[in-house]
Amino acid sequence: MGDRIEDLRDWDARIYERVQEYGLDCFPQEFELCDHNDMIGYMAYSGMPSHYPHWSYGKGFERTKTMYDHGVSGLPYEMVINSNPALAYLMADNSFCLKILTIAHVYGHNDFFKNNFTFGETSPEYTISRFKTHADRVRDYVEDPSIGAAKVEYVLDAAHALAFQCRRNLSVRKIPRDEMVGRKFEESLPRRDPHGSIHKKPEHTPPDLHRVPLEPEEDILLFIRDTNPYLEDWARDLMTIVHEATQYFIPQIETKIMNEGWASYWHYNIMSNLDTPEDMRIEFIVHHNQVLRPHPGGLNPYHIGFRIWKSIYESIEGDEPPDHRRKTAGRDALYATREIDRDSSFIRRFLTKDLARELGLFEFKARRGEYVVSEVADEEGWEAIRSTLIRSVGTGSIPVIRVSDADHEGDRSLLLEHEFDGRELSLEQAEKALMYCHRLWGRRVVLGTVLAGKSTELAYGEDGFTTKRQS
Amino acid sequence: MSAVFRPRRETTADRGAGDRQRHREKVRSSILDNIADIIAEESIIGRSGDDIIKVPIRGVKEFKFSYGDNTAGVGEGAGEDVKKGDVVGQQSPQRGKGNAGEAGNEAGSDYYETDVTLSDLIDMMFEDLDLPDLERKEMRTIESLRQSKRHGYRKVGIRVRLDKKRTILAKMRRQRGASAAARTGAMPAAAAAPTPGRAARHSDGGARIPFSQRDLRYKHRTLEVHEESNAVVICIMDTSGSMDTVKKYLARSFFFLLYQFVLRRYESVEVVFVAHDIDAHEVDEDRFFHKGEAGGTFVSSGYRKALEIIADRYHPQLWNIYAFHCSDGDNFGSDTPAALKAARELCEASNLFGYGEIKPRGAGFYGSSLLDSFKQINEENFQTVLIERKEDIWPSFKTFLNRETTDN
Repeated sequence: MGDRIEDLRDWDARIYERVQEYGLDCFPQEFELCDHNDMIGYMAYSGMPSHYPHWSYGKGFERTKTMYDHGVSGLPYEMVINSNPALAYLMADNSFCLKILTIAHVYGHNDFFKNNFTFGETSPEYTISRFKTHADRVRDYVEDPSIGAAKVEYVLDAAHALAFQCRRNLSVRKIPRDEMVGRKFEESLPRRDPHGSIHKKPEHTPPDLHRVPLEPEEDILLFIRDTNPYLEDWARDLMTIVHEATQYFIPQIETKIMNEGWASYWHYNIMSNLDTPEDMRIEFIVHHNQVLRPHPGGLNPYHIGFRIWKSIYESIEGDEPPDHRRKTAGRDALYATREIDRDSSFIRRFLTKDLARELGLFEFKARRGEYVVSEVADEEGWEAIRSTLIRSVGTGSIPVIRVSDADHEGDRSLLLEHEFDGRELSLEQAEKALMYCHRLWGRRVVLGTVLAGKSTELAYGEDGFTTKRQS
Repeated sequence: MSAVFRPRRETTADRGAGDRQRHREKVRSSILDNIADIIAEESIIGRSGDDIIKVPIRGVKEFKFSYGDNTAGVGEGAGEDVKKGDVVGQQSPQRGKGNAGEAGNEAGSDYYETDVTLSDLIDMMFEDLDLPDLERKEMRTIESLRQSKRHGYRKVGIRVRLDKKRTILAKMRRQRGASAAARTGAMPAAAAAPTPGRAARHSDGGARIPFSQRDLRYKHRTLEVHEESNAVVICIMDTSGSMDTVKKYLARSFFFLLYQFVLRRYESVEVVFVAHDIDAHEVDEDRFFHKGEAGGTFVSSGYRKALEIIADRYHPQLWNIYAFHCSDGDNFGSDTPAALKAARELCEASNLFGYGEIKPRGAGFYGSSLLDSFKQINEENFQTVLIERKEDIWPSFKTFLNRETTDN
């Protein structure tokens, strides 16, 4: 079989036929062929054809390249970015079969991007141009003699440290301040009392509308951008850029298991229903098993996701795989789920006891330098494992930290509150992150959290890092 | 509607080159930041330049708020026999990531290591010192090679360097010129042979024209002098009973740096070890660092020995002399005036002379300290440093070199 673009087109047409029959709903799809060096470059810059420069991407590049060159890890077969039209890269060095498999897999992602609710606010038609304008703006600042590379890096370093401290659910509308003032006022009004005429008139305490922020604010970067009056315009813009770039990743992080599982589930069904020659079929099965193999001790999102999707379908339709000629209740259930769930809800709803046992899930904790199994998927343990998993998937691995006061102790210190859920912060990381926060805020930054079971205040100010533990 | 396929875009652009460059710079500066710690590591001293050493790097890590150690994780693929309490992996604080196949917890301090060769490291260290260009400093040089080389031809010279071939060519050229001139009738004076009869005979074939003084060509030779900058490092150490292993180790680190520094500035470098207690001896390296002596200390004896060696083998006009003395400052009081005098003489002879007093903390306080006495020496190329622990070595070495690098 030739390796020409025409051959890929032929196979793509056959795959796309199945895609439509199965009812997947995709953006127009574009494939770009690349070699492994290009792929390393795309990996470092999150797939974007154009991305603003920062040394951290150079670090990623070097790491991937070193690992690849030394054979520690291979490169992903595919990379697809959430844009409209969806852009995916195919490695030309891969075998023809692998390219076909990749094409089928990409359509799964494409459908997911288009239909899952978490991606609803990502305006995919502008993804590529957004990253491109980010790159242009950052380069302009670097070239501006009054700013320069050093200052840009100084701000970007700090902004990167805080970038993921943002709202996680982009489908929830952010309430503008004016509306928030109205709500606050309404909340403070006494409850309407039908017997008000005979009751003592309750006292009305007006809300403290001078407090900034009115409600604890999760978008730390944006809050500082809008609240610190001493920031220069270009610094504000850099913060906007970093924030917007991060927003692109939030839905992807939130749906990693679902998304990879979905794409794997459909590439499997599509490839199984494609009239492939025998040798290609065997190669496909080898690759498929390679991608979906369990990672003992770790978690392979492809594997976990694939198994959950499969069990959803089978719980309705039995062992029979989806028939591309027929719309079934099982298929509808799949489509509904891919639209309204994210990893945390997906696992909560569909990870059953049996599945947990089949997957051999276990929970581990660090104890004296070792990871020790703390729960296994038996009658008592599986729910605990599921809860732990729910907390650690998606943005659950990022601590929730909110700005609660921009005038803490009356000297315009910034007060951050960590929403403690039993998991403690890494002190080393917190110290540095606070340092960066202080860099942008320009004044003392205080973080309330819990360390070693005691509520603790970590602070970073002119005099460096301090911790104050409450006894 | 099926997909659009685009062939690979041929591009010569090296993606991310700038970012990688910047990242490497950061790695490098991170090494520089930690250099004092690295120097203080016992293991690098006494290694050869090609040895690869692992350097822990901090600072190129990116920081974010994240969960720490008390966070539980979930893994898959446990077999039937996995029970609560089984160990499934090791936390590896030195590495950023858990080992493949084990619990993939990315937490843990992200120290990572990079490999550099010792000589690279030392280059970086000295770069860090911002040394001025070597050319600007006057260095004492010696002629290492003197040879004569051919350098063209001349019309005067001594008989043995006569170049016969060129002389004949010159004569023939003149001859041709003369006959041509004879034919055209323009007879220049030069062609007018000593005897006209002979010339006539030649023009109708075979007349000989004798060599003239002007035909002679001599090979010319010039002298070429290679100048070499030579340096000697004179390590003087107190090996009296009070110098224990720790102190010797600190001294050794200092000598190591000094030697590396000098090695990078001069073409050939020699090292001399002078060990002294009451008496001084020139010894070899092994003996210098490992053999303990006993008894008291006469610092002056070491200096005298050094001066003797200089007078003997390393004439200050030809050699750049770097002398350094390490001691714990415990000298017999009566010897101090003599030591001061000898130290002044050493200053005169050497490019740089230093005294390092090694007093590890908690080693007890000795009444006498040479540091005080040496305050009387005001020579510009003299420097004293105090070394209390291994972390002091690099800073004090920098101080020491400041004497060398500020124009003296």
